[in-house]
Amino acid sequence: MRATVLVRPKPGILDPQGQAVESSLRHLGFEVADARVGRLVDVELATDDRDEATAQLERMCEQLLTNPLIESYEIAFGGGA
Amino acid sequence: MIERPRIPVVVFPGSNDDRDAALALERLGADAPLVWHTDDTLPAGTAAVVLPGGFSYGDYLRCGAIARFSPIMREVAAFADGGGLVLGICNGFQILTEAGLLPGALRPNASLSFVCRDVPLVVESSATPFTARCEAGQPLTIPVKHGDGCWFADEELLAALEHNGQVVLRYGAGANPNGSIGDIAGVTNTDRNVFGLMPHPEHAVDPLLGSTDGALLLGSLVDAARLSTAALV
Repeated sequence: MRATVLVRPKPGILDPQGQAVESSLRHLGFEVADARVGRLVDVELATDDRDEATAQLERMCEQLLTNPLIESYEIAFGGGA
Repeated sequence: MIERPRIPVVVFPGSNDDRDAALALERLGADAPLVWHTDDTLPAGTAAVVLPGGFSYGDYLRCGAIARFSPIMREVAAFADGGGLVLGICNGFQILTEAGLLPGALRPNASLSFVCRDVPLVVESSATPFTARCEAGQPLTIPVKHGDGCWFADEELLAALEHNGQVVLRYGAGANPNGSIGDIAGVTNTDRNVFGLMPHPEHAVDPLLGSTDGALLLGSLVDAARLSTAALV
């Protein structure tokens, strides 16, 4: 089954990419109060069991996909391209 | 007395300061063989290990995040756990934080620009095997060249590191090139046998390059490696 992992810089972590995006959006005339830039990882898993997939994805996030000190993650199913 | 303590320099795909590090260590009296990332043992008689600068694995995902899973890193972690001396320079620092061998994390520079210039530093502690040739408060000039050098720790961790004297190197006042918390340029682990820093001491060992202050740090490591080798023999 297919899953998407969304990785975000934790609140309070300086996000210079987000600041640059926010500033550029303002230049374009959009009224934007904040923008944060994270990362999206689409994963095709061998299992079709959602609980098993969630458990695997959590381990992936803890071991590789995120640095828990500075990033948080969210797992979503059924989306993606 | 051991003439030339063995200090291997690990080469990851994308390392680019490995040869400079080895050359600097050799000139300071070490035997510095290059060790490939797929090796699963460190050379016999290894007294210290250096993880060099560069862009291991293309800096994919996060700087250092992939390199920490190299076969040689299991050995480096075991070596460090046993009290072995490990120095991470720039990308090597990033790898050591990702591997959990050093505290904190390195984020993109606050400016989002790659910085490449000499920076003033201040030695916060000379009570480490990496700074023994320096004095506390001593100013140094050593170049940086990085895009992801913004060292981060939350308030609790930072307070603990400051309290334990693990903050070894800071950028000079007003000269922080990357926005790191507390102007921190280099930290050790609690046992002080693992040290990581963003500046490149291996690029500051010859007067032709403008500064020889890097030799104080690498020379301290060579001294400590020589002592630890002598203790084993």
